[in-house]
Amino acid sequence: MDRDNSAIVQFRDVSFRLHSGRLIVSNLNLDVRRSEVLVLLGRSGSGKTTTLKLINGLLTPSAGTVIVDGMPTTDWNPTELRRRIGYVIQDIGLFPHFTVQRNVGLVPTLEGWEVDRKNERVEELLRLVDLDPADFAGRLPSQLSGGQKQRVGVARALAADPPLLLLDEPFGALDPLTRVQLQREFRQLQSRLAKTMVFVTHDVREGLFFATRIALLSEGELVFLGTAEAFTRAEHPEARAFADVLREPARQSDERTGGSG
Amino acid sequence: MSLIDFLIRNRQEFVTLTLQHLLLVGVSTSIAILIGVPTGILLTRRPRLSGPVLGVANTFQTIPSLALFGFLIPLPFLGGIGASTAIIALVLYALLPIIRNTFVGIRDIDPAVREAGRGMGMTDRQLLLMVEIPLAFGVIVAGIRITVVIGVGVATIAAAIGAGGLGVFIFRGVATVNNTLILAGALPAALMALAADFLLGRLERRFGAARAGVVQPHTAEGLASRGHA
Repeated sequence: MDRDNSAIVQFRDVSFRLHSGRLIVSNLNLDVRRSEVLVLLGRSGSGKTTTLKLINGLLTPSAGTVIVDGMPTTDWNPTELRRRIGYVIQDIGLFPHFTVQRNVGLVPTLEGWEVDRKNERVEELLRLVDLDPADFAGRLPSQLSGGQKQRVGVARALAADPPLLLLDEPFGALDPLTRVQLQREFRQLQSRLAKTMVFVTHDVREGLFFATRIALLSEGELVFLGTAEAFTRAEHPEARAFADVLREPARQSDERTGGSG
Repeated sequence: MSLIDFLIRNRQEFVTLTLQHLLLVGVSTSIAILIGVPTGILLTRRPRLSGPVLGVANTFQTIPSLALFGFLIPLPFLGGIGASTAIIALVLYALLPIIRNTFVGIRDIDPAVREAGRGMGMTDRQLLLMVEIPLAFGVIVAGIRITVVIGVGVATIAAAIGAGGLGVFIFRGVATVNNTLILAGALPAALMALAADFLLGRLERRFGAARAGVVQPHTAEGLASRGHA
């Protein structure tokens, strides 16, 4: 595929159904363009996390095709696909028995990097997310605060310098002050790194803060796709509901769109 | 004659029987680990097999130990009189706690941790070796600990089929109504069980404790209900 303005991820008529028959994602058509931040916004159960997992092959479509880098996910060797994609998960994504150093160096380890190169990279990444390697490299996740865990999670996802990052409510489990601070820092990081990102959130403020484009999901269907500016003017009732949240005090936004998930 | 006197006077036989006893438990536990841990891992990959396999392993444990030794004697190849028959019986006893704890220990790891591993691009094998076994290690050791404690007790009965061990003193004492002799077998066996329980308990706590994301199931379960020894 040509590399410049082509899509890095393409959803073609993708549906995902549980064994119980429940439809989680319905006939999704969507492109993720290179170097954009595509925010998947929606309530709990709208299918946004499922959509994310369809990209790195943790789930396979019941119908249709997800194409990553020109090849359907079902044709990729799953481990090879996933090592090219950084993955940041809310809260419990770190391995509890690994030190920060081993957590961050995980994908390089899987890829068989030499120890020196790996250690250098881990140090570089910890500095990038503003954690002092001398202090933090040897700690276990249980010895970190929530914000520090998320920093480590971001560092780990960046370790092998993947062209694509998937973020599943990365700041969802944090207290509001830490969340705002990390959002600002991550935003700066994002403009420096210029990676393609797919960012799942139920928080419309967070979504608008990061998004190049917003994809709004409602009950498994894509009901809006466009820029942040267009989103605030969108007609669809679900988009209106989210836009209304913006006019309310910030602390209510979580309640309106329903917790995590 | 006091117990101490007896042991000093028969120290040669005492040492031999103690070593035999350790050998019976050590060899049978090692074999049970080599069979039980891979079987437990297999069950996590094929959960449908877990019911039947755990059922069979459970059945072995319900057979009274003396009867199990008796059943094995007439079997061709496996059976007969002596240590190898006793070891087979001890292995059959040891399997359930090891298989079950390996299976449960891995199964009860937080699914999000497993998914994180797969999401990072771990192969099934890497996930097993780097995440699942380390996180389940404390629970697996707990199973081995139960196995060893049961094994030390059951091995005293192995003397009945000529396998040696500290049970020799006990059976001789019972036959001659000599409490000193019974104690000479029973007390060292009890101390051996306590020592193994203590040492493996320390290992278990070292690897099992303070591990977020893992449930600690069934650690001491089963011990209370098994009174063969």
